[in-house]
Amino acid sequence: MTSIDVREADGGVVLAPSGRLTVVTAPELRTTVAERITAGDKIIVVDLSGTEFVDSSGLGALVSCLKSARQAGGDLRLVAPTEQVAMVLRMTNLDRILQPRASVADALNG
Amino acid sequence: MIRIVIVLAAASGLNYIAWRWLASVNWESWWIAVPLILAETYSLIDSLLFGIAAWRIRERGEPPAPPGTGFTVDVFVTTYNEPVELVVRTAQAALDISYPHTTWILDDGDRDEVRAAAEELGIGVITRSADWVDRPRHAKAGNLNNALLATEGEFVLVLDADQVPDRRILDRTLGYFKDPLVALVQTPQWFENVPDSDPLGSQAPLFYGPIQQSKDGWNAAFFCGSNAILRREALMQLGISRYVAEVEQSVYRAITTSKRLLARAREEAQGDRRVTLAIRRAAEIVETARAEIIRGDGISDVTYRFQRGIDLIASDYADSEIALMRDNLRELAALSNEPDAFASIDAAALELLARRDTSPVAAIEAISLLTKALDVDRGDEAQAIMPMATISVTEDMATSMRLHGLGWRSVYHQEILASGLAPEDLETMLGQRLRWAQGTMQVFFRENPLLQRRLSPGQRLMYFGTMWSYFSGFPALVYVTAPVLCLAFGVIPVTAYSLDFFARFIPFLVLNQLLFWVVAAGRPTWRGAQYSLALFPVWIESVTSAFKNVFLGQPLGFRVTSKTRVEGGRPRWDLVKPQLFVMGALVVALLVVGIRIAVGQAEGIAPYVNIVWVIYDLAVFSIIIRAVLYRGPAATTKETS
Repeated sequence: MTSIDVREADGGVVLAPSGRLTVVTAPELRTTVAERITAGDKIIVVDLSGTEFVDSSGLGALVSCLKSARQAGGDLRLVAPTEQVAMVLRMTNLDRILQPRASVADALNG
Repeated sequence: MIRIVIVLAAASGLNYIAWRWLASVNWESWWIAVPLILAETYSLIDSLLFGIAAWRIRERGEPPAPPGTGFTVDVFVTTYNEPVELVVRTAQAALDISYPHTTWILDDGDRDEVRAAAEELGIGVITRSADWVDRPRHAKAGNLNNALLATEGEFVLVLDADQVPDRRILDRTLGYFKDPLVALVQTPQWFENVPDSDPLGSQAPLFYGPIQQSKDGWNAAFFCGSNAILRREALMQLGISRYVAEVEQSVYRAITTSKRLLARAREEAQGDRRVTLAIRRAAEIVETARAEIIRGDGISDVTYRFQRGIDLIASDYADSEIALMRDNLRELAALSNEPDAFASIDAAALELLARRDTSPVAAIEAISLLTKALDVDRGDEAQAIMPMATISVTEDMATSMRLHGLGWRSVYHQEILASGLAPEDLETMLGQRLRWAQGTMQVFFRENPLLQRRLSPGQRLMYFGTMWSYFSGFPALVYVTAPVLCLAFGVIPVTAYSLDFFARFIPFLVLNQLLFWVVAAGRPTWRGAQYSLALFPVWIESVTSAFKNVFLGQPLGFRVTSKTRVEGGRPRWDLVKPQLFVMGALVVALLVVGIRIAVGQAEGIAPYVNIVWVIYDLAVFSIIIRAVLYRGPAATTKETS
């Protein structure tokens, strides 16, 4: 199971899903992001350093969240994926669109 | 055994066609001789493709045992406008499937009656989310894509509203997914409301049998929209990879065309200083985006910065607009007695003008086009991720072709595990065939399988073979015209109806029929053969309408197949006018040649060859009469009992 740690930060909000981000846990991520957008957050940072595994539905959720964030005039950024997650991002070419940043600070600063 | 026949049939076919091209085209009557030889070449290629497919025909037999439990499955019953009783009947049977699963009705009609019935059965209903409002709905593909994001089973069984599943459908198919690369298991579609004589040609015993089995041998058995189980991971991966590909394409295209676009806009601005300035600044940020992409920055970041840049232009533009407006307002206020009358307008106007979509900058078409294209949100679509292909009215074939392109495997399992309802009247049947053919042609024009680099050569040929067969309307036209011309007017497209001709033609004909017969292995094939010729107007329309749709952007005139009979009584001869005209011409040709033979005007063997040909054509077209007169399965049972 995933639990999503939500942390306010200067210039945005940091979400850190831990464990597995899969078809089962993806809806939780989508709802959390939707809530933050409604609450007025613009920059959503997804910290993947504690995410051990992601499947295509998990990636799908990241893309849906990117879409919602952008349509609300904000942005979504990925940070520090673990090895498996980085591999999946590469395999699907999603990293050509969502290029992960090294740190949360990087992601918040542009 | 099959392979020997395949080789012999191919050799005799090539021998015949080579002789026809090299030695027997009657160039004096080229206007019919050339179409005829082209039609014959078409048929030969069709038969070669059939042979290549059958070379690897694969009968899988008993399926592997399903995993005890542990696979999670969603069963989707898709509906749009079918009668509620029909949907309920299928949903009830879906609920009764023995392997653990969750059943859903995907009601694209969003009907209260369906919702109430589902509640009574205790199953969920999925309808389109709010994201779909005012965006392309993509028919059944959209319905499925919407449901895929609302559910979470590892596997998805798709059932059309009329396809009542067998309780064992999952037990008999899930075992194939123990191979982690299998993405799709397709089972046959079979219809219970069709009499043995099958006057509308609804059953497809050859397709749901040796043809799919042949494709299966090449790992190219394809998805047919219903009675199939799909692996969610494969579909979602497809959705992601399509998303990436489409965003990249849109961004690259926008950047490469931006210069031209902005140059034209500058011309149209005709010296308006503020517009020219906005366009110049837009060109600068496009240039920055181009450099960043070349540098390898993530497209999301590049486009984000681009959008911010446009926002900045928009807000500067709005500021100057506001300043202008303020001056005007001040003048108006000076004339008014109430000094505060216009104060509140200010703030609201400012906000509206600065918004990306309503700002005057958006009115500069070039900039607004670029803003839409240089983005990652696919704002024109309801969902960024669209696993089911939306390039065709038949989403199934395109989707499985793309899955194969990603390296997934498919399985065709030859066992009837659902029974459906076929159209019961000619009009519905014609509409359905036209839709299938149009869908196939859309895929042909949009994603030609021969050009898909990620498919194996065999897979390319298998998909191409199916599409090729839908071009049969054009040769069919030649096959009915040529003998009529010969009999009625003595126009002879072949120079030698002689021993040379028969020595080559007869082996080709016989071996091809033999191949067909061996592959069909006792299944009825005549009905299918009749319709592939007799529905020539449908096939021709499918090619022309799909061509216009894909290349000229014209609508297809697409209808949803009604599953129930349209009551009306009167036979619909009007639906088959071209066929009736053809039959009339064939009969007249027979009469004319009779007279010509009697008066000694028609000589040689040519008329007799063509008489046999015309009689064959008439036998083929006779099915049209039966189809028009068909009164549905109930009437047929009464007649035969």
